[in-house]
Amino acid sequence: MRRALLVLAVVALYVLHQDVWLWRTARPLVFGFVPIGLFYHACYSVAASLLMWLLVREAWPSHIEEEAKRDARPRPRTE
Amino acid sequence: MIPAAIVFLYLAVVVYIGVFAFRKARGKEEVEDYFLASRSLGPFVFLMSLFGTNMTAFAILGSSGHAFNNGIVTYGLMASSSGLVIPLTIFFIGTRVWALGKRFGFITPVQLFRDRWECSHIGTVIFAVQAVLLLPYVIIGVMGGGTTLNVVSGGLVPYWMGGAVVALVVMSYVFFGGMRGTAWVNTFQTVLFLLFGSVAVIVIGWGMGGFRAAAEGLLASPNAFLLTREKVPPYYFFSYTFIPLSAIAFPHITIFCLTARRMGQFAKTVIFYPVCILAIWLPCVFLGVMANRAQDVPQIKAKVEARRTLAQQGRQMTPEQREVLREKADADDVLLLLLQRYAPLWLAGLLGAGIMAAVMATDSQILALSTMFTEDVLTHYGGRDRFGERAQVQMGRAFVVLLTALAYAIALRAPESIFSLAIQYAFSGFAALSPLLVAALFWKGSTRWGALVSTVWVAFAVVAVALFQAAVPAPAPGPPLVVSRLFGLDALARTAGGTAVFGFMPVVPMVLVSALLMLVVSALTPRPSAATIERYFPAGRTR
Repeated sequence: MRRALLVLAVVALYVLHQDVWLWRTARPLVFGFVPIGLFYHACYSVAASLLMWLLVREAWPSHIEEEAKRDARPRPRTE
Repeated sequence: MIPAAIVFLYLAVVVYIGVFAFRKARGKEEVEDYFLASRSLGPFVFLMSLFGTNMTAFAILGSSGHAFNNGIVTYGLMASSSGLVIPLTIFFIGTRVWALGKRFGFITPVQLFRDRWECSHIGTVIFAVQAVLLLPYVIIGVMGGGTTLNVVSGGLVPYWMGGAVVALVVMSYVFFGGMRGTAWVNTFQTVLFLLFGSVAVIVIGWGMGGFRAAAEGLLASPNAFLLTREKVPPYYFFSYTFIPLSAIAFPHITIFCLTARRMGQFAKTVIFYPVCILAIWLPCVFLGVMANRAQDVPQIKAKVEARRTLAQQGRQMTPEQREVLREKADADDVLLLLLQRYAPLWLAGLLGAGIMAAVMATDSQILALSTMFTEDVLTHYGGRDRFGERAQVQMGRAFVVLLTALAYAIALRAPESIFSLAIQYAFSGFAALSPLLVAALFWKGSTRWGALVSTVWVAFAVVAVALFQAAVPAPAPGPPLVVSRLFGLDALARTAGGTAVFGFMPVVPMVLVSALLMLVVSALTPRPSAATIERYFPAGRTR
């Protein structure tokens, strides 16, 4: 269930990149000079960062780190 | 002269960092130390360097130039999509590449492919395609260095000398410092990028008398479309989300994933990556758009005029006339022009150093090509035992010198536009190679024949798009030139900026067909041995 929700969050954010509802408008100008379409995508970047935080917290592939530690093999020296 | 002096001081610091890295590694003439910094990079250097490696000259110069002519759409096209897709690929693919490198001692992605799919020559085919797609970046880096040094010095340093200085500086710290030197220099450069954006916004905003009046003025002008995305088709916008798939497939990024000391380094990197993109791209895109109001700068006024003429009269012009206007409207130098107009001299020098840092991001590609050539060709075919560690490092260093000299020689003779175009295709090519990594890491059923057919498809598609764009000249801005129709739809069209396949950029069919070929051909051909599959997918692992 938790994994399904995370997949849903990733897909939702990917879909939200296509913000067709702000396609043809510049207003409102946020802070008086940032067009709304640009402000939306700046917020999108922050949302991407939060999503990555969530993925790291909830779905970190620690098993492969353990495998790597367990099986770490130094590169064979040749001299 | 002051800006040029500051830029030269910056170049001296960069060389010193490379030499310092060399002294730190003295006595360790080992392959893993030179090519991978002994897999020992800490979290801050790993984040800053990985990010800096991805930020080529395009991030600063190209983004503001693209925004100048296309508007705020530049951020959504290239920055916010990268801010989601690149960290996701690092999270899912980068971590696994790191773990396999730790377990099996890989140094290059081709070594992983060869081992995973039990192949030799097919790995060489993958190496060849990767190397050919990567080489233009090195050449364009030298060209960009020559141009930037020429502009920053006010013409005192000629192009040939600027290119030579940049090539020599990059060669020196890659030669001496290897991966450690490159990573440290990239970290230093990324810190400069991050400072660059905020300082540039404040200085230029101050000089322009604030952005409120500029934004309102732009909205009231014929260029108001720059503050919306009304001229960009949604399919085209969607297509761009496929381009960041290229990042993880670039050999220098895959190789860089092997340098982390612990897997925990990836966690901070993926979390902060989108914010770093925001910090660099937002100011550059915004300034690029606002530059349209700096009509008191004659060169900027000329660019706006050229763009307007192209849009209004382009249809009646010959392809050559349109090309001349396109070159006049090209705005990659728009940030430099704004800085010359609004920044004090000493600050222009500091910011010039920031721009040089962006231009010199080619170091990682040089090191990656050297690593690949040494490991995937010389050592693979010559035999590791025959050469020994010290000889491999020396071969790597010799290749750094040869490659840089070759790039410089080509940069002096060939026109820049060829390599700019080559890079345009290379992004799509690397994006279409990403299914190889996904298949190798996540699908037991993938086979070497699937990998071969996908790779050949990528090479074919890149060449086909290049030939198509060379044969059919770009139309004027506006409706595309439809070349082929299928089922009542525009199957193939030449647009002002490139090619459209059913309205999408070529990268979309390239990635989808590459993935499909991997699936179909792998399903029809024999898998690697059970022992190999067991090594990569140990029994009992759930994901």
